[in-house]
Amino acid sequence: MLTACIIDYNVGNLFSMKNALKKIGLKVEISSDPKTIMESNAVILPGVGNFGPASNNLAHLKDTIIDYVKHNRPLLGSCLGMQLLLNESEEGNGEGLKLIEGKVKKFGSNVKIPHMGWNNIIIENNNDILDGLNEKSYFYFVHSYYPVIKNSTQIVACTCHGIKFPSIVSKQNVYGCQFHPEKSGEDGLKILKNFARMAKK
Amino acid sequence: MLTKRIIPCLDVKNGRVVKGTQFVNLRDAGDPVELGKRYSEEGADELVFLDITASNENRKTIFKVVKNVAKELDIPFTVGGGISGIEDVRKILLNGADKTSLNTAAVNNPEIITEISKKFGTQCVVIAIDAKRNYTLDENKLLIKTKEGLCWFEVYIMGGKVPTGIDALKWAEKVSRIGAGELLVTSIDRDGTKKGYDIELMKAIIDRVNIPVIASGGAGEPKHFLEAFAEANVDAALAASVFHYENYPIKVIKHYLKENGVNIRI
Repeated sequence: MLTACIIDYNVGNLFSMKNALKKIGLKVEISSDPKTIMESNAVILPGVGNFGPASNNLAHLKDTIIDYVKHNRPLLGSCLGMQLLLNESEEGNGEGLKLIEGKVKKFGSNVKIPHMGWNNIIIENNNDILDGLNEKSYFYFVHSYYPVIKNSTQIVACTCHGIKFPSIVSKQNVYGCQFHPEKSGEDGLKILKNFARMAKK
Repeated sequence: MLTKRIIPCLDVKNGRVVKGTQFVNLRDAGDPVELGKRYSEEGADELVFLDITASNENRKTIFKVVKNVAKELDIPFTVGGGISGIEDVRKILLNGADKTSLNTAAVNNPEIITEISKKFGTQCVVIAIDAKRNYTLDENKLLIKTKEGLCWFEVYIMGGKVPTGIDALKWAEKVSRIGAGELLVTSIDRDGTKKGYDIELMKAIIDRVNIPVIASGGAGEPKHFLEAFAEANVDAALAASVFHYENYPIKVIKHYLKENGVNIRI
């Protein structure tokens, strides 16, 4: 049985992520132990909350995560977890993991903040993470800040809320989604299944 | 584009789903775990669970029920009712909820809104406003011209039992400034009546805040949902009995809305 580790760094609710990963047949551990992270077939960086404190909480695990990624196993950051894959954020001080070149900005006052609810995607670059999904697939978003990605080839899909922003990103074995796949019904479970398949490759 | 949301609500008393009219005359409507699962499968965009258990003794069992419902869901889950402090919020989130809804506790101590939003994020702070029309004119209130005459909207607490003298529109503005991530606005006048949402109340709220607003109270048929979205431009519409007794399954309502030009997730 493939093992997935949800990184526990004290940001929000990991219950639903664990529940969803179990549903798709993974053995799930919630852990902040470097050894457990390194030995997992797939790693999820979840996250709800504020970039600054989260970056701080994650600091002691940064080297482990970067090392894990070097071993060519899949990492998925979701919501704040995706934002932490980038360099920096307007939301707070602290550094991201810099696994994907980019930064995080706040939505303008022309739209409701937070961007909360179900929204669809516009596909920019085809990727295996999108298997079985299309532009009519809907995902659940809750966020006030959005990612800006430097290299457009790393943008898998975008979503519109006042502006068009990257909602799925990928650089080799590193994936990020701004929405919550574990809260996005069947379409969300497909993202997690596709991600879990990367662990087998 | 962001879709409008359809949200079934489970009012739970002593572990069972109940539904009343204008907050009284409760009758049994089923098991919360079964109903939650069914709604999630039928295409609900979110689920709200309000604990209306009266006694503290029985309230302790609620965390277990929340956990059992959460296990069946792969959509967002809001839990409210009887939350008195940040410790209750923490427990509810740990048992699988994504958001908590507060009414009485927020009115009694507005600072709790800021406290929770700082600790867990604004996205998990839903402020529930139970409002009732008051036709006794008072120049200190925001008076709204309605079809039934000039009135203001008064905030009620303790499950719709206790009037507070607080202006619901001013209260909405205030909470959205101090950390609320979303408003759940229930019209006490319309609750359980199946006469449709109080569109004038919803419009007045929407005009004053820049956070998502969920309309509640009065949905009885598909056109009521359409009115809430098309006329008041609310972000989500919540209903209970219309779904519980299978008058209109969620899919039927969603298809009706889509055919009428509302952006909806099918």
